[in-house]
Amino acid sequence: MQLQTVLHRRFRGERGAEFVYVASSAAILGVDAATGAVVDAFAVPGGRDQDAWIADQADRELAESTLHDLVDLGVVRPVGESPAPRATLPPMPFPLATLVLNVTNKCNLTCTYCYEYGEDRLTAGDGSKGTGKPKMDDDTARQSIDFLMRSSGDRPQVSITFFGGETLLNFPAIRVATEYAEETAKSFKKRVHYSLTTNATLLTDEVVDFLTKHRFGITISIDGDQQDQDRHRKFQKGVGSFDVIEPRIRHLLVTNKERKGRSIGARVTLTSGAAPVPHTYRFLTQELGFDEVGFAPVTAGLGRDYALGEKGYQKLLREFGELAEDYVAAALRNETHGFANLGDLLRELHQGVNKAHPCGAGLGLLGVSTEGELGLCHRFVESKSHSVGTVTTGIDEATRTAFLTQAHIDNKTDCTQCFARPLCAGGCYHEAHVRYGDATVANLHYCEWIRGFIDLGLRTYGRILEANPKFFARFES
Amino acid sequence: MSNVPNDPDVPPRRPTPRILACNQKARQLAALVLAQRGQARALTQDPPPTQYPYGCTTIFAPGWEVDSGNGTHGLCQPIERDLYDCYHTCYWPAQVPDGVTNSPKWTMSCGAPMQDWKSIDLVFP
Repeated sequence: MQLQTVLHRRFRGERGAEFVYVASSAAILGVDAATGAVVDAFAVPGGRDQDAWIADQADRELAESTLHDLVDLGVVRPVGESPAPRATLPPMPFPLATLVLNVTNKCNLTCTYCYEYGEDRLTAGDGSKGTGKPKMDDDTARQSIDFLMRSSGDRPQVSITFFGGETLLNFPAIRVATEYAEETAKSFKKRVHYSLTTNATLLTDEVVDFLTKHRFGITISIDGDQQDQDRHRKFQKGVGSFDVIEPRIRHLLVTNKERKGRSIGARVTLTSGAAPVPHTYRFLTQELGFDEVGFAPVTAGLGRDYALGEKGYQKLLREFGELAEDYVAAALRNETHGFANLGDLLRELHQGVNKAHPCGAGLGLLGVSTEGELGLCHRFVESKSHSVGTVTTGIDEATRTAFLTQAHIDNKTDCTQCFARPLCAGGCYHEAHVRYGDATVANLHYCEWIRGFIDLGLRTYGRILEANPKFFARFES
Repeated sequence: MSNVPNDPDVPPRRPTPRILACNQKARQLAALVLAQRGQARALTQDPPPTQYPYGCTTIFAPGWEVDSGNGTHGLCQPIERDLYDCYHTCYWPAQVPDGVTNSPKWTMSCGAPMQDWKSIDLVFP
C-alpha cells in the first residue's frame, strides 16, 4: 500500500527532543530519532510503498511496528484516503456563551487607525458620529440581557462584555445591564462573568469602585509608553492621552489588587514605527503594573501609512521571539508570564484545539449595536451586511447558519496545505472584510506572520516540555 | 506506545518510548488507539473471530460469488438467508429495506420464511 505522511510540522526542543505537530488532529507527538526518520521518509510527494520501504530497513520488525503506530495515530496514512466525514456545523441553534454590548458608538479619542471611526470603518456614518443611536438606552441594555439568558441554552455560565466607542461614555447603561443581569441570572440559575474594554480616560473613582466590586475582567487599550501612546491615541483636539490615563490606570491596578480582582490586561495595537515589543511589555508590566499584555497588529486596508508592511511583520516576529525567551525563563521557574499572545497560543497547542472557524463570532458570541441589532461580533455591529437579527426578535438562524457554513475552514481552499490551519482557520472575519470585502475568505496577507508565530509557539512548547513538562498542567481543564 | 526491545547484553533499564503523546489531544488519540488494538480482525484470519461485526460498513466481505473455500456450496442456503443477511444485519449491501433504522417491522408478517416469504410486502419510500 502507498502511504504518505499527512500535513504536519516538525520541531525540536533546545536539548534535541524532536516533535511532530499533526495538522489533521492538532496532536503533538514526541518522537525518537528513528521514528522522526520514518515520518520524514514518508513525507514525499506521492508517498511510498510500505512493503518496499519495510523490506529496505535493517530492523524490519521495528520499522513495521513504528509505521503501524504512526498509521494508527494518523501521522502516516494511505495516499488518496478520503477524509473522515465530519459535521460542517455543531447542532444549531448553538447556545450563546458571550454577548458583546456596544453601549455607545461615540468616542472621546480619535485614534488614527481605529477600525470603527478611521478610514477602514464598516459603519456608514460620518467619523465619530457613527450611525444609529449614539448610546444604548436602558431598555435595550435590559433586552440584551434577557436575550442572552434565553439564547444560552443550559450553559451554567455566560459572559457579558461591554464595548464601544469608548465604553465608559455610557457608564449608566453598563450599571443598568450589570445590575439587571445579576437579578435575571438568579432566575435562570446561571453565573455571569463581566468584562469591559476601555481607553482608561474615564476611569473615575466611582467607575473603578463599580468595576472591581463586580469583578470585571478589564482590558485597557494602550499602545505603550508616552511616545507610543500619544502617536495615535489622541483627543479630538490632537493632544495625546497618556498624561490623562496614566494616573487613572495606576489607581485601577492598585484598587483591583487590594480587592483581589481578576487580572487586568493591556491591549496594544501595533503600528509601523512602534517601540520594540519587549520594551513595551516591560513598560506596561513593570512600570505601570499590568498583569498581562496582548499585542495586535493594526487592522488596515491597503496603503495605510500606519500599517505593518512585510518588514514590519518580520521585525515583530523577531521581537515576539525575544519576549518568548522571558516566557520560557518564567515557565522553567514554574511561574506564569504575562505575554498574553504566547500564553493563549500555548494553551491552545497543549489542549490540541482544532478549529473549524477562526473564532466564536456568530457561534457562541454575538455583538449588539446601540439599537439592539445583532452582529457577528462587536466589530460588525451596525454593518448592515452582517446583521443576524435583533435582541427582541432573536437570531436570524438562516443567515447565521449560511454565514458559518460558508466561513468553514473546509471552504478555504487556500488553507488546505497549511500546518497552521487548526489554530488560524483563515483568521479574523473582520480583517478579511476590511482587506478583501468578504468576511468568509482567508486572510492571505498575514499567512507568513501567522505561520511564523505558530512556529514560535511550537518551538517554545517543545523547550518548556523538555525542561518542565508539569508547567502545562495549568492549561488543562 | 511501543517500546524499543531491550538488548539482552545490556543491563535492564526502563525502555525508551519511541512515540510520546505530549499534548491533551495526542493523549486522547493514543488512548483511543490502544483501546482499539486487538479488536479488529480479518474474517479469514486463523483462528476465526468468535464475534462478527454488526452493520454493513465495518467489515470487508469477499462478494456474492464465492464462499471462503472459493466454491459456491457454502453460500447462503436456503437463499432466503440472503434476504435476512441483507435485512437484519445489513451484512450484504443489497436493495432491501433496512431493518436497522427504517423498516424494523418489515418481516413481521412472515413467520416461516421458507414457506411464507411471499407474504413480505413491498416498501414504498
